[in-house]
Order: sequence, then C-alpha cells, then structure tokens
Amino acid sequence: MTSADRIEKSILLRAPRSRVWRALTDAQEFGAWFRVQLEGAFAEGATLRGRITYPGYEHLTMEMLIERMDRERLFSYRWHPYAVSADVDYSAEPTTLVEFRLEEATGGTLLTVVESGFDRLPSGRQAEAFRMNDRGWSEQMVNIERHVSPA
Amino acid sequence: MSRQPSVARAGLVGAAPVFAALGDETRLRLVVRLCTEGPLSIVRLSAGASVTRQAVTKHLHALAAAGLVRGKRRGRQRQRIWELEPRRLQEARRYLDRISRQWDGALERLRGFVEE
Repeated sequence: MTSADRIEKSILLRAPRSRVWRALTDAQEFGAWFRVQLEGAFAEGATLRGRITYPGYEHLTMEMLIERMDRERLFSYRWHPYAVSADVDYSAEPTTLVEFRLEEATGGTLLTVVESGFDRLPSGRQAEAFRMNDRGWSEQMVNIERHVSPA
Repeated sequence: MSRQPSVARAGLVGAAPVFAALGDETRLRLVVRLCTEGPLSIVRLSAGASVTRQAVTKHLHALAAAGLVRGKRRGRQRQRIWELEPRRLQEARRYLDRISRQWDGALERLRGFVEE
C-alpha cells in the first residue's frame, strides 16, 4: 500500500526468520541483495556508508543511520532515500525512516517494510492530518489527477 | 556515460516541501477544497474554515511557497483568487511511486537471496 506520505510493502519469504534476519542485518549480505558496497557492521547508533552497486547508479553513495536492531523482529534505519550525489550536501535535508518487521508465517517469514517521514513531521500529527479527510487522501490524489489530465 | 538519474536529483529535495506543506490539517483542507471546488477567493475559503481569515491567508502563502497553489487578481477585483497548482502534487506522487518500485525490485532480490 502506498499513501501520500508513506510506503508499505509486505512479502512472504520461504525462509526461516533467522535467515531473513541475517540477510537484513549482516552488512555484507544486505549489500549483496540491496546492491551497495557497505563499509563496517550494522549496530544501533552506527552510521555506515557505501557505494551503490546497482547498474547505472554506481556513481552514487549512500549513508545509513542504524536506529533499532530487535533480533529477528525489527531492523530500522534512517537515510536520504536515493538522493545522494557527491557535490550536494544533504545533511540539512529530511531523512526517511525504513523499518523491516519480521513475523513468523506458515511456510516462512512475513517481511513488512515501511518507509515513512516523507513530510518530516512527527508521525502522530501527520497521520492525523491525512486521516482528517474521510474520503481519503488517495482518492483526492485521483481527483487531482483527473483534474489535470487532458481529457 | 551514465546520466545523473533524475530519481536522485529531483527526489525528496523537491518533494519534501510538498509533504511538509500538506502535513497540516488546515492547509490540507484548503488544498482539498481548491481541488473539489475550483478557484476560490479568500472570503469563500475563510467561510468554511475554522480559523481566522488572517490565518487562512498565512496558510495559503505557505502553500504557495511550496508551489501548491497560486493567487491571482482578476480584472478590477482587488481580491485575489486562489487556485491549485497541481503539478507539484503530481511530482510528489511520482516520486513516491518511483521509490515504491525500487522497493519492489529490492524485495524480489532479497527473495532470491534468502530462498536459494
């Protein structure tokens, strides 16, 4: 589900929670599937940098600020989502929070990833603002699109 | 030669002020009204709001600074008519869609990685 201020994805992985946890929290394993060459190890409070290895994006680097590592349950970090260039200082710009949640599921592990904070406001207030319109913000987006699309 | 991806350059840099501007209930209401009712004067906009006209004006200027609305004077009217500037909203949405697709790709690679 994707609303105006957050992205949420769930995926059922046919692998035990311990395996998924390692793929997420071992910096080398994370880098293998995420496609980034990270330096250092993940730990709460740590900052890691790395060069993107995704084809076409190799000139970019990324920085991850690790927030929480609750074993086999929750791994979270902050970053500047895909907005990294050598000649721009992003430190004053907002970071988003990425949370991976792991749950036991039949046949494997249910992994949910949520990226939030696109508006930089405390999450409670932003949820309130988006909830206030009972027809839903997504619907308004559709209205707006209809409003501007050429007939 | 790889081009600088527009994802990286246009991304959150451009979208954050839009999300921030919309993260206020009064401003979101104003945007929704301009979206559903079309261009409105400050008098009309204030009539339906729970805050003062001065506050509405302040919020409209904040929305204008984020590129979400614009105020125009029409003919001999002294009052400005406010209307939606929908392009910024579309940009913000496209930005989220792009990141959303990047997550889809990353999670599929993770699947291949842990299920092998």
